[in-house]
Amino acid sequence: MSATVNSLRDIILSHFGSSAVLCSGTYPPCIPQILVPREQFEDVGWLMKDAGARLAAEWGVDETLLGRQFAVLACFAREGEYILLRCNIPLEDPTFPSLSKKHTPAFRFERQIMSLMGLTPTGHSHSDLRPWIKHEDWPADAWPLRKSFDAAQRMPRVAGEYRWVRAEGEGVYEIPVGPVHAGIIEPGHFRFQAMGEDILNLEERLGYTHKGIEKRFEQLSWVEGARLAGRVSGDSTVAHALTYCRALETLSGTNIAPRAAWLRAIMLERERIANHLGDIGAIANDVGFAFFQFQFMRLKEHLLRGNQQLFGHRYLMDRVVPGGISADLQADGAAAIELELANLQTEFEHLVTIYDLNASLDDRLRSTGLLTAETARELGTVGYVARASGQGLDCRIQAPFSPYDQIQPRMVVLNSCDVHARAWVRIEEIRDSIRLLRGLLATLPHGEILIPLADVPPDSSSLAAVEGWRGEIVYWLQSGLQGEINRCAIRDPSSVNWLALEQAVHNNIVPDFPVCNKSFNQSYSGNDL
Amino acid sequence: MLRILHQIFRTGVVTEPLPEEIKAELDEVGCHLEKAIRQRFHRSLVIREVDAGSCNGCELEIIAMNNPVYNCERYGIQFTASPRFADMLLVTGPVSVNMEIALKRTYDATPNPKMVVAVGDCGCTGGIFGESYASLGAVANVIPVDAHIPGCPPTPVQLLLGILQLIKIRL
Repeated sequence: MSATVNSLRDIILSHFGSSAVLCSGTYPPCIPQILVPREQFEDVGWLMKDAGARLAAEWGVDETLLGRQFAVLACFAREGEYILLRCNIPLEDPTFPSLSKKHTPAFRFERQIMSLMGLTPTGHSHSDLRPWIKHEDWPADAWPLRKSFDAAQRMPRVAGEYRWVRAEGEGVYEIPVGPVHAGIIEPGHFRFQAMGEDILNLEERLGYTHKGIEKRFEQLSWVEGARLAGRVSGDSTVAHALTYCRALETLSGTNIAPRAAWLRAIMLERERIANHLGDIGAIANDVGFAFFQFQFMRLKEHLLRGNQQLFGHRYLMDRVVPGGISADLQADGAAAIELELANLQTEFEHLVTIYDLNASLDDRLRSTGLLTAETARELGTVGYVARASGQGLDCRIQAPFSPYDQIQPRMVVLNSCDVHARAWVRIEEIRDSIRLLRGLLATLPHGEILIPLADVPPDSSSLAAVEGWRGEIVYWLQSGLQGEINRCAIRDPSSVNWLALEQAVHNNIVPDFPVCNKSFNQSYSGNDL
Repeated sequence: MLRILHQIFRTGVVTEPLPEEIKAELDEVGCHLEKAIRQRFHRSLVIREVDAGSCNGCELEIIAMNNPVYNCERYGIQFTASPRFADMLLVTGPVSVNMEIALKRTYDATPNPKMVVAVGDCGCTGGIFGESYASLGAVANVIPVDAHIPGCPPTPVQLLLGILQLIKIRL
């Protein structure tokens, strides 16, 4: 057997031969974009499946302003290797072959492409073409991502019905939950079919926080776009703004200063610690342990105040900007962070010991909300959801950018696949982020923090992926003929991980849903866009 | 169990007095507050939070209001799961088209007299999302609003102050 593994690019080029075309004007050069014939688009599905690649994202693009037609792009990833495959779609026949038979994440990606871009997947698995994000009271021909759609219009509400999955039989009942939930959280609808206390099925219906973000990008300048990216999901403001800026800087050929790169990583790790702290407390609280909730909230609050003092914003919004960062660390900042980390570490380890030794937490969290490794892989999950189910995915490690190529994170992978594992991955990641922060501070370069953004070339595109606290975030940017934003496609980790929650709650009891949900803690806003 | 108790005693009470610069204002509000909450709200002001389409940034700070440092319950402020028990709706925005009906229904389900506070730059004006096919912009475009708390997101102190000031006006 040959030990060499062919690159995804070689696999595609050798299969399609001369009918595959390597596109130009795509960045970075290590992520090729290959055009394949539309009728053979389905082939890329099984080729990538056989190669062990996952479908990271799939989206549609309207290129009529660039003198072309529609296109669908699929981004596949295998460890640190990314590849974009595209098929062009004529205006008069807006259909494309579905990838959903081989790649489950395509299930919702393609419903979304159909709902918002008006491109119909053919051969979609289960023939499930119900609108997604687009609610049933929108006009059927409202496709907001098309250039011909006026973003400022008020759509009339039309009569329509969403066809829920049904379960029938003696003793089966339904529980509708949302969109306004009991706690202080985002809106979404969950429909349970249950028998006694056991959940037979859960169906999510999201889209309530759809604010037209992708369309809005097309009306903004590149610099304003970073502010919007920082508000795709407020809890991941650093990670989203960073992914957007990395894609933009790659597209324009802007090389940011080393100090800016280091400080961006410091902000990213601080965001990871803050969110993980909040989540661990909330998971414990959902099994009746308010003690941990308040203790961890207290530690999180200290970190947020540190952010305010160091960088001028509790959540670091608008601190990552195109060309660098907008707030420098002052001369005494490094010492302040060292002191803060020392206190945090002592307090945190103290709490982790209590957490670890608590038998009732063990009893409630272990074997609850199982997401098997196979399902996690099949659904293309990312982030701590994937790592708690045995998937070694972390693009800080697999596709590192400066400074992660020098200060390397440790991959935290657990195999118990339950709520406990998803909590414990967070604990280990907090420990590792504290270590990373110390390493980053020790090697923090001096110099500039912001350089001017170079001009964006017309009709070009770029892709960036960054491991936020929730998992891999993907941005694809495309410029128009004047170098303006023609398309900004976003894939938050939530877009793939939400599907996994539906699987993880099977055969759990209804009262355990909140803790299962909290262990995932996916973003509604990042999913709905 | 001993470890938990030890940690609780070791931590002590971490709730802080609010910052000096707003303390004068708060004391004024505060002295009315006890009376107001006792008379008008039967000893506690009950809030239903509604995310009508926000990026979840405002939710982070509203949750932080409940943390032990800000401890909004010391003023008798509680959050409820049902609008039917609520005196006040705390609404974050922008109001998405897909949340318009749910927000109106929540408003209708809240008994009179009720107060509505629009939270965050987006709840106040629509913010960076503006008004579009998917966003109706400010909360006031959809339901009547009594007070605005701007900020992106407003800090827990700004939130507390905004809520307390509205109660004072309504005395």
